[in-house]
Amino acid sequence: MSKILAPGTSAPEFTLRVTPDQDLSLSEFRGRPVIIAFYPADWSPVCGDQMTLYNQIRPEFHKYGAEVLGISVDGAWCHQAYARHNHIHFPLLADFHPKGAVAEKYGAYREQDGVCERALFVIDRNGIIFWSYLSPIAVNPGADGILDALESLQNKEK
Amino acid sequence: MAMLRVPVNSNDHIQGPDNAPMTLLEYGDYECPYCGRTNPVVRRVQRYFGPRLRFAYRHFPLTEIHQHSEAAAETAEYAGAYGRFWEAHDMLFENQDCLGLPLFFAGVRSLGLAEQGLRDALAHGTFADKVRRDFLSGVRSGVNGTPTFFINNRRYDEPPDYEPLVATIAAQLEYASMPA
Repeated sequence: MSKILAPGTSAPEFTLRVTPDQDLSLSEFRGRPVIIAFYPADWSPVCGDQMTLYNQIRPEFHKYGAEVLGISVDGAWCHQAYARHNHIHFPLLADFHPKGAVAEKYGAYREQDGVCERALFVIDRNGIIFWSYLSPIAVNPGADGILDALESLQNKEK
Repeated sequence: MAMLRVPVNSNDHIQGPDNAPMTLLEYGDYECPYCGRTNPVVRRVQRYFGPRLRFAYRHFPLTEIHQHSEAAAETAEYAGAYGRFWEAHDMLFENQDCLGLPLFFAGVRSLGLAEQGLRDALAHGTFADKVRRDFLSGVRSGVNGTPTFFINNRRYDEPPDYEPLVATIAAQLEYASMPA
């Protein structure tokens, strides 16, 4: 398994395609917590799908002022079709070219399979990783860890 | 390992004795085809363990992808308010191919309940809070899709099939009954 970036590390900046004609940078979210969810691929079976779950839970993330970003090596057109099909309302970023380069920076690229790990990062408003978690690739980690991290981040900032 | 944050309690719909050594809890969505397929499996697991197992069900409607799931959950709760939760529950899972208001109204009528009562409950969201509480307890407990099962408060990550469910429950039952 990969060794993902640990809490306390500055989150590597990136700019990725979010739609076929738009880019999105991590620094655009400076000032609010960001959840980054690296995942292996779009189009896994729907009812157990991690992005579909986060889409449903998104209002809970917003209670902490946090936004969620999904990142996989799928292309922007693939993300667009997948997001439309499952009514996903948050950004899905394409770590497509050079393939997996951003995941690599976070220690979340599976070289042997050519896909992202199932890795979660909660980044604080100053761009520092507050919490990170690497899930076994076949297990959708759910959102309990993310919400616990957002809660302790909020308590720490009080 | 994800753990259940809100243990099964008197607000839940429960089948089986309170003092059963094992509790199986399902977070489900009436429009989820995997849950529909799993419902008869749960019934078989219940028959296998008899009074050694109690079963509870909480709602986890994925409304972004399942347009009828919220109203279906509220329909089951409406029936539950008259002590008919489990009949509505099975009826909804057995009729997944035709979920919608006509089915919900016909379903409650077939239980001898007033269609108008359900109309009012859905319009006023009478049971929306209960469904929401179920959903949020699942979110905080690591529910990662539907169906998600917890066996004695611990998330079950194996496939939702008869053999692995029985094997996992049986192993924990044996462990629980070993002398200290």
